[in-house]
Amino acid sequence: MSAPNASTSVSSATRPNGAGAAAILAASIGAFLIAVIAILADQSAAIKSLMIFWKPTGPLSGVTTCAIVLWLAVWAILHARWRNRSVALARVNAAAFVLLILGLLLTFPPIADMF
Amino acid sequence: MEITARSLWTLIHGMGFGALYLLACSGALVELYRRYCTHNPALPTERDEKFLRIYLTAMSALAWLAVLTGAYIIYPWYRAAPPPGTASLVAFPQRLLMASPTTSGWHSIGMEWKEHVAWIAPISITMAAAVALQYGRDLKNHPQLRSAVLVFVWTSLLAAGVAGFFGAMLNKNAPVEGGPVIHIVSGEQK
Repeated sequence: MSAPNASTSVSSATRPNGAGAAAILAASIGAFLIAVIAILADQSAAIKSLMIFWKPTGPLSGVTTCAIVLWLAVWAILHARWRNRSVALARVNAAAFVLLILGLLLTFPPIADMF
Repeated sequence: MEITARSLWTLIHGMGFGALYLLACSGALVELYRRYCTHNPALPTERDEKFLRIYLTAMSALAWLAVLTGAYIIYPWYRAAPPPGTASLVAFPQRLLMASPTTSGWHSIGMEWKEHVAWIAPISITMAAAVALQYGRDLKNHPQLRSAVLVFVWTSLLAAGVAGFFGAMLNKNAPVEGGPVIHIVSGEQK
């Protein structure tokens, strides 16, 4: 019988889950924001015009740039607040999955056009 | 055998980055499942862990390259407006699709969905790579983090799959063509 090996046992000293939770929630917010900003740009001529960061790509350039900048900002803020803490990950995951599904659904034009 | 510069960029975007990303997604899912979802009490070795980190980071790079080349190189060619009096819309794929009710859906649903949903793929896989980089072998101790990573990789595959499918169909119905012609090789003469 071999002795327990450190590389084959699950360590009891684990990192807090906060950093991971921050990444998960921020990513889902980023996915959701892409859909929301795209809908806003589609509904409002003023926002659509504001979203043209680079003319050849049109409003898509602003929609995606804004969503990415906001995603990274939210991630940085959540990471700074949660990195050394353990958070209620079940609730974070539930919120993240809802936002992710909404992000996927709201990018689908027949659904997006209902707003 | 020749190819236009725009067609070559479309190939690089779709086949080079997009299709490779889709293949990589299935590999990542198999690896994550094998590692964390099977009843395997052993921790991954340091070497295995390093491989997963590099793999997911490379996937993130592929996903970002796919959406950036799509949005900033190919999409401007796709959505270019023809000058007044243009008789043929062949060089203006969006207008060509919109000109017929039998093809307009490829733009109004296909491209409109693709151009937004595709960005969920790099965001999701960047999250998965970041978690793998931060937690490494410790991920074994965080079942809920692992579940979230798996869900996001699945979502990334779905988003990239939608974008890939519509990209292929759009290019089939109204290919992005034009630009300098690149001569690849001469064929045999009969």
